[in-house]
Amino acid sequence: MTTTISKADERTYPPGLTTTQEVAHSRRDRASFRHGSLTSQLDETTPSPGAAFLSGAKSIIPVLLALLPFGLAFGATATGNGLSAVEALGMSVFVFAGAAQLAAVPLLSAGASVAIVLLTVLVINLRLTLYSASLAPHFKRLPAAWKGLLAYLLTDQAYAATITRFDEGETAEQDKRWYYLGVAVAIWLTWQVATMTGVAVGSWASEGWSLDFVLPLIFIAAVVPAIKDRTTGAASLSAGLAALFCASLPLNLGLISAALVGVIGGLAAEVIFGRSGR
Amino acid sequence: MNTFALWLAVAGAGAITFALRLSFIALLGRIEIPVLLSRMLRFVPAAVFTAVVVPLLFYVDGAVEVSLGNERLLAGLAAVLIAWRTRSVPLTLVGGMGVLWMLQILGTSGI
Repeated sequence: MTTTISKADERTYPPGLTTTQEVAHSRRDRASFRHGSLTSQLDETTPSPGAAFLSGAKSIIPVLLALLPFGLAFGATATGNGLSAVEALGMSVFVFAGAAQLAAVPLLSAGASVAIVLLTVLVINLRLTLYSASLAPHFKRLPAAWKGLLAYLLTDQAYAATITRFDEGETAEQDKRWYYLGVAVAIWLTWQVATMTGVAVGSWASEGWSLDFVLPLIFIAAVVPAIKDRTTGAASLSAGLAALFCASLPLNLGLISAALVGVIGGLAAEVIFGRSGR
Repeated sequence: MNTFALWLAVAGAGAITFALRLSFIALLGRIEIPVLLSRMLRFVPAAVFTAVVVPLLFYVDGAVEVSLGNERLLAGLAAVLIAWRTRSVPLTLVGGMGVLWMLQILGTSGI
């Protein structure tokens, strides 16, 4: 069951991806390579793929509890806006990105053009490229099919639950894929079950309980930790002010316009305060 | 929106999202993130999430309403406070809904 394999030489990081601060921390422990140090290998046992998978799935359970109301809200919002059960579940399977799904529902329901829906989804999910860049060094040796599978399952929660562990070298190289898969599959299943449950209780929930208010609450819970310093604060403030004026723009362009103003506001603040102002 | 357009949007959204997720995992070593793009990406979460929230809190029946009568704005501000102090998603959800329900009960009972 337990095999000890030398993994010291596999923990190398590539020379690319050095331009973002976000991935810079992945180079932090370059100095701490264990080049065949016998003691460190004896200290760590290498779990089997199944054990790594289970360990990942177990670690994510608290996050799943927080994800449930989010998925319920999406299912209920979708049916409340006239989407069918199959359409709601289709979104959860194909898109599998809560914030984008929730933002798309009112657009779909208001009859916005497909282009506007896609543009909105693109803007909201742009952050996934950051996660992709940050996780890429850990998955670089995997076959293309694995990369595709792990990429499809990439979410805020899966990223947050794995990156620190990976960067600090707490997961053996050959176990990363299984640990990540355990985390991500648990999230995927929870999201689908929560969506279906939300669709089922949607008609009940939308009557009188104002459960559609869960949508802004979820985004509030997301935006507060995203404001880390003066520059991200400026991005939020300028996006918020712009949103007040942009909300009634034609073609449902308000969200994208306000988000763009926010990004520009953040860049402007970075120029004013300097990078030290972060 | 008709069924065809809806599924077109869902399929397109799925394809775009998958491409964004796969981007650097697939391209590592071949390209680097442009510096300006990486600087812009840093502001995307704060900007987008705020842009989603603000109209939902401030707009009542299609017009901006800043008053004590706007229960969603008050409950939203309470949720911001809870999120800031606790950093907990469940507490933010429960607290925000709780404040909203409380305000609605107070509002209908005319206190």
